[in-house]
Amino acid sequence: MFRSYFSETWALTLGFGAKWRELRLEMRNDAIPFQHRQPMETRSSTGEMIEFREVTCTLGEEKVLREFSVSVSKGETLVLLGRSGSGKTTALKLINRLLLPTYGEVNVNGRKTEAWDKIALRRSIGWVIQESGLFPHYSVEANIAIVPRLERWPRDRVETRLTELMQIVGLPPDLRKRYPHQLSGGQRQRVGVARALAADPEILLMDEPFGALDAITRADIQKEFLRLQSNLRKTIVLVTHEVREALLLGTRIALLEKGSLLGLWTKEEFAHSTDPKIRQYLESDRAQLPI
Amino acid sequence: MLHFFYTNRWQILTLTLEHLWLVGLAIAIAIIIGVPLGILVSRRAWLRKPVLGGTNVLQTIPSLALFGFLLPAPWLGQRSDRLAIAALVLYALLPIVRNTYTGIMGVDPAVKEAALGMGMTDGELLRHVELPLGMAFILAGVRIATVTAVGVATIAAAVGAGGLGELIFRGLAMVNNELILAGAIPAALLAIIADVAIGAVENRLRVPK
Repeated sequence: MFRSYFSETWALTLGFGAKWRELRLEMRNDAIPFQHRQPMETRSSTGEMIEFREVTCTLGEEKVLREFSVSVSKGETLVLLGRSGSGKTTALKLINRLLLPTYGEVNVNGRKTEAWDKIALRRSIGWVIQESGLFPHYSVEANIAIVPRLERWPRDRVETRLTELMQIVGLPPDLRKRYPHQLSGGQRQRVGVARALAADPEILLMDEPFGALDAITRADIQKEFLRLQSNLRKTIVLVTHEVREALLLGTRIALLEKGSLLGLWTKEEFAHSTDPKIRQYLESDRAQLPI
Repeated sequence: MLHFFYTNRWQILTLTLEHLWLVGLAIAIAIIIGVPLGILVSRRAWLRKPVLGGTNVLQTIPSLALFGFLLPAPWLGQRSDRLAIAALVLYALLPIVRNTYTGIMGVDPAVKEAALGMGMTDGELLRHVELPLGMAFILAGVRIATVTAVGVATIAAAVGAGGLGELIFRGLAMVNNELILAGAIPAALLAIIADVAIGAVENRLRVPK
């Protein structure tokens, strides 16, 4: 133990941090009990874009996700519906490897997230966050162009893409030089979406993307989101706690509670279902309303 | 009084420049050492206590004693200006290291997570997010370090490193208030100017919420 600590500190000081972490990761996977290990060949045969296979994720002592299995096929919008603490955001972070599963595996494009280079994986996935998570010190255009610039696109290509994106998400061009604090909530959210779309990723992850908006702006943006999605056909995983949003935006809905998947329904099934689990969630959702 | 300043203007000016040189070089070195150290501490949690604790201890050593301690050091002790600069660097480290660390750690975790989620490497996170957003904090550290260094540098005259402290020490020895003030007033002005100037830069870099 001492030896590993010691050598780690040295490796880190000498700047081998990244390499070493990869190594540690492999070592940690070796430490997983045998019955939970997956065979080395991990390409899934189903051709799904994203696939959770009996994923359990532990943060500290708490199991935030238990034996979660779900797959998302190309071009669909899967909504993860649940209250706060249901593990839905955790599920999202497992896809772009901000978290790693404790047991089980998450496949993206037929490849285990552990096997992906995490930087490449994340750059190939768009990520839209609550409150949009824009960089306060970057102008609108700099915010949108982050991933293309990190990928070292030539300047004119970035420029063309910027113009295109601003148009796609419905931002007037005169906002380009503004800073996030000079924008309205709705505009910020559009910038967030444009930023996620910048490098044209196949997959889009959205964490309560419209949560911070007032009802009217939200309705507008949701409508535009649908229009956008009918053109772009991205594979989307969207997290929300709102039944209305789930029904409006999702093609399928996964209901989560305390880290477990309660069920998976298509939008139509969900809307007309008499399943007590759904009824119960609808009741509790209604109970939150002041009316 | 003014007459005294006027007749000795060249000497006061030379010593002020010397003072400025001592402080400027010391702060530059302290930034070169301190900022990377602060970054390192923000990356390796186990380094936090030893490094911040160590710089803290340095800060508690009385300045005159610190000059004395460094005197027998092989290369440093040979020349008094080296000695003075080394001591000033050691003093300046704490505010710079600590503010760099605090500035980086103070960046909104949501923004950091967004950056990581978009596929930034650790270096890119540092360059594009943490340093720019923590810059106002880092500069505040530099400002505190500079103002302190201007004061401490007057004591450097005790080891013969020159600077405005020379006038003060001479004035003390000769019980000459004018001489003391000829050292103290320019030193105070230097400190105020440094404070205001760096403060202005700091305000420009502060990111609006």
